Amino acid sequence: MATTTTEQLGGYGQSVKRKEDPRFLRGKGTYIDDIKLPGMLYMDIVRSPFAHAKITNITTQPALDIPGVLAVITGKDLDAAGLAWMPTLMSDRQMVLPVDTVMYQMQEVAAVIADSRYAAADGAAAVEVDYEPLEVVVDPFKALQDDAPILRPDREIKSNRIFHWEAGDSAATDKAFAEADVVVEQDMYIPRIHVASIETCGCIAQVDEVSGKLTVWMTTQAPHAIRTVFSLVSGIPETKIRVISPDIGGGFGGKVPVYPGYVIAVVAALTTGKPVKWIEDRSENLQADSFARDYHMKARLAATQDGTIKALDVVTIADHGAFDAAANPSKFPAGLFSIATGSYDLETAHVEVDGVYTNKPPGGVAYRCSFRVTEAVHMIERMVDILADEIGADAAELRFKNFIQPDQFPYKSPTGWEYDSGNYPAALQKALDQIGYQDLLREQQEKRERGELMGIGISTFTEIVGAGPSNTFDILGIKMFDSAEIRIHPTGSAIVRIGVQTQGQGHETTFAQIVADELGLPVDNIIVEHGDTDTAPYGLGTYASRSTPTAGAATAMAARKIRAKAKELAAHLLEVSADDLEWVDHKFQVKGSPGSSKSMAEIAFAAYTNHPQGMEAGLEAVSYYDPPNLTFPFGAYICVVDIDRGTGMVKIRRFLAIDDCGTVINPMIVEGQIHGGLAMGMAPALLEEISYDEHGNIRGGTFMDYLLPTAMETPAWETGRTVTPSPHHPFGAKGVGESATVGAPPAIVNAVVDALSHLGVRHIDIPITPWKVYKILEEHGAAE
Amino acid sequence: MIPGQFSYHAPATLPQAIALLGEHGYDAKILSGGQSLIPLMRFRLAQPAHLVDINRIDGLAYVREEDGALRIGALAREADLDAEPLVHERYPLLADAIAVIADPLVRNLATVCGNVAHADPANDHPAVMLAYRAEVVAEGPSGRRVIPIDDFFVDTFVTALEPNEVLVELRIPAPKPGSGGAYQKLERKVGDYAIAGVAAQIVVGADGLISEAGVALTNVGPMPIRASEAEESLTGRHPNEKTFADAARLASDAADPVTDLRGPADYKRAVTRTLTARALQRAAERALS
Ligand SMILES: Cc1cc2nc3c(=O)[nH]c(=O)nc-3n(C[C@H](O)[C@H](O)[C@H](O)COP(=O)(O)OP(=O)(O)OC[C@H]3O[C@@H](n4cnc5c(N)ncnc54)[C@H](O)[C@@H]3O)c2cc1C
Repeated sequence: MATTTTEQLGGYGQSVKRKEDPRFLRGKGTYIDDIKLPGMLYMDIVRSPFAHAKITNITTQPALDIPGVLAVITGKDLDAAGLAWMPTLMSDRQMVLPVDTVMYQMQEVAAVIADSRYAAADGAAAVEVDYEPLEVVVDPFKALQDDAPILRPDREIKSNRIFHWEAGDSAATDKAFAEADVVVEQDMYIPRIHVASIETCGCIAQVDEVSGKLTVWMTTQAPHAIRTVFSLVSGIPETKIRVISPDIGGGFGGKVPVYPGYVIAVVAALTTGKPVKWIEDRSENLQADSFARDYHMKARLAATQDGTIKALDVVTIADHGAFDAAANPSKFPAGLFSIATGSYDLETAHVEVDGVYTNKPPGGVAYRCSFRVTEAVHMIERMVDILADEIGADAAELRFKNFIQPDQFPYKSPTGWEYDSGNYPAALQKALDQIGYQDLLREQQEKRERGELMGIGISTFTEIVGAGPSNTFDILGIKMFDSAEIRIHPTGSAIVRIGVQTQGQGHETTFAQIVADELGLPVDNIIVEHGDTDTAPYGLGTYASRSTPTAGAATAMAARKIRAKAKELAAHLLEVSADDLEWVDHKFQVKGSPGSSKSMAEIAFAAYTNHPQGMEAGLEAVSYYDPPNLTFPFGAYICVVDIDRGTGMVKIRRFLAIDDCGTVINPMIVEGQIHGGLAMGMAPALLEEISYDEHGNIRGGTFMDYLLPTAMETPAWETGRTVTPSPHHPFGAKGVGESATVGAPPAIVNAVVDALSHLGVRHIDIPITPWKVYKILEEHGAAE
Repeated sequence: MIPGQFSYHAPATLPQAIALLGEHGYDAKILSGGQSLIPLMRFRLAQPAHLVDINRIDGLAYVREEDGALRIGALAREADLDAEPLVHERYPLLADAIAVIADPLVRNLATVCGNVAHADPANDHPAVMLAYRAEVVAEGPSGRRVIPIDDFFVDTFVTALEPNEVLVELRIPAPKPGSGGAYQKLERKVGDYAIAGVAAQIVVGADGLISEAGVALTNVGPMPIRASEAEESLTGRHPNEKTFADAARLASDAADPVTDLRGPADYKRAVTRTLTARALQRAAERALS
């Protein structure tokens, strides 16, 4: 008898062990750098030591004199081929190699091609470049002043302002502020940080000598979109371009953009006729690849004296670096930042963002974040605490008072979003109960009396993920649907191909679980493929927690198409009308006659051996799913910190995360995503930052100073869950990959500020370094 | 992060190593654990033309107590010392420091002698050796010489070693009765170099007064710093909070830090005070137990 329960099949809600783990845990994954092609050459890149300079001369001969060095490619060479610039996803353009001016430190200046990695590196060190330094602009506020040099004279508009963007109702917001009992205001800066995935970026470009077909193995989260862009830019038809994204060692948004190195490697492969490999080193990755955040926000909340929040106003300066190479949906230059009203039922809101050029690397990637949601959540969760402090309210009570209530869903937000579902009070209550909030408050009181510093911080965030509906969401015109293709083999095993690309999320397991449950096939018999544009259906890739909301939905829809055909086949086999069949216990059964049934394996066999006349053979389906809305996961996080008065060190004693991502496919994988996300949320709160000195020199550009947390810094995370399914998703799921990264930072900051609030502290910008805390302690006479 | 070109030598004996060093002079570098040198080479901050790898030389990987001193051979790794019960029982200051140097992977390779020879003010062992009043044994073409630790550190990354000398042994005086020591290090995250570090070693005499004190500072100046005035203030006093607070203030005055990514200079000076008081407190607890 075939297995039929969800548990036996490994369907929805089952902690199936990850199918990808055996190869990863044994070191048998295939990353770009594991691929070696015969005759392969290596590329290394010469980079600028200056943040803004004219290139007066490049001498390549010393590099060419090194044995093994075959070619040096400069901006002038690319310019001759019309390839010195490339388009960005945000309709800006970006230098591949500069013809005469460098725009940021570590920018690519030339590339050396050699027959070994060592020769290439020696060649890169030998290229001589003469620079004439230009005025450097690192501060976006200065970039907007009238006397600032125009950083991008190549653009028609002679201004360092890239865009001005607004959402919400400005007039109504002004009115609400004018009439408010209480107004709180705070400047906040979310610094530049870097995804710092363990695998750096790289590629191998190969041109087939006979067919002329270009194959690029590359570290990309979106192979199809990349191929289309390559095709549009180069004029080469897509049939002659194949992009393969093999195992990826972490993406987090950093592998969505197209970096100059990829393009130069392709040019090098075309000109040398040999495969060319380019792998960034760690410093290049940290210092030149797209960064995240860098938002300067001025936020205001208007409220009544009893703490009813009426309105929100945020004015933001967004530092985008030298090129607008952010990776947002094209109609959203500031991403989904207008989700800024969060989990609260406000009357009105107004949000403004100005994007600005500076002499820094480009980016604004959605680092484990659905397009600027992290910045928005940080702001609103901090502002709610600041309001609580202002009116002397408890931070939890104030949240309960202002939450969107469960019966208000679907909820239309003042900035125009329609939240699909939520139950915020339930999540927060569960968190308070689980962590023992009242006991913690008592403990804090006692400690304060003894002069010890302890803080409790809450964050009740709402995310907005799963871009997105085709009426609003596209990237360079390509709609943000996603896809799945399922083929059932005669003996009841199946292959699933999806348009999204895993970088550690466990798609090979969870997408198989969807098919297992929808079709009644054991999960072990289902394999999932992705990442090869020659075989996978078209999709926009994995980022912004969109895989399950889009391609996951497509997978369920394709499975349901197969089930519809399977019903006809079962009717044929059971010699009844299809109307007389029902899908029970993962098989088709004659209504009222449980003994008469056909399993999917039996049906699949018949699809190839015994299909009825007039019906096509085979059992397969494709679905391109255009989501009707985004999904809105949420959570309630509580953090408890202790502060060392002698050093200012913050120690996270406890951290509890209650998450709600709707229907859960695999609880163990969700747990893993939350744990990883929490570590990545803690990192910018306490440790990570990339900053620049006034000359545009990067500070913190290696792992010596860019402080990734280790197991020693992270606390033992506590987790829990509520389940509020998405009403519009085929099986009720929302995204989850980013919730923790988005929700954790303000919980930590709120805890630290709470520990110091009796000293009059209202806000501390992240990262909260021990010296920032110590300075506060000294100023208030509270240092040891 | 690929180093430039270099020649690699793997001598089998110390005299061979010394001869190679003599031949290549300042173009040569000794390779022991490689945990400081190789990162510098990969960043191309150091580009020695010759590497003289001493790892194949027999008889240098010891740690033992002999003739009134703990003797640490050139190839004794941090992990070797950590695995030695004697170090934990009798040299707690040293054991404390080893536990907070880098991470276990680095400690499996890094040598204690290399740590001192590198003379990086950010390294932890230089301050430890200052607090212990250790001795450095160097071997060159004309044999061995013993260098008091106070004469060893000359400048940032510069020591009293000649280019053709190998640091073959560190000698820490065996603890007298009533000895106690401790190392306190503040770091941005585990495995990092110190924001500030303080090594304290004291002897409490039969009269209950501090008879000897060593206090030295990590990464708060261009070189490891002996806090002499703090040491002087401790001797002859009772080991109590007041004594330690006074010494801590003097140690903090001795610090000469710069503002960098590990914090502003005045912060480093302030935490030097906190760490000194804590190190002395712990050292005293150990001395009295
Ligand atoms: C990730 C990381 C974190 C680290 N964190 C810390 C830390 O927190 N605290 C800390 O103290 N250190 C730290 N280190 C440095 C580490 O302890 C080094 O290993 C140590 O500084 C040098 O020891 P080594 O044996 O590796 O020497 P090597 O790197 O081989 O040599 C260092 C220098 O000393 C010279 N040298 C080495 N041995 C001798 C000898 N016997 N005689 C003469 N000259 C010699 C070499 O020529 C070279 O110039 C860290 C290193 C890494 C990679």
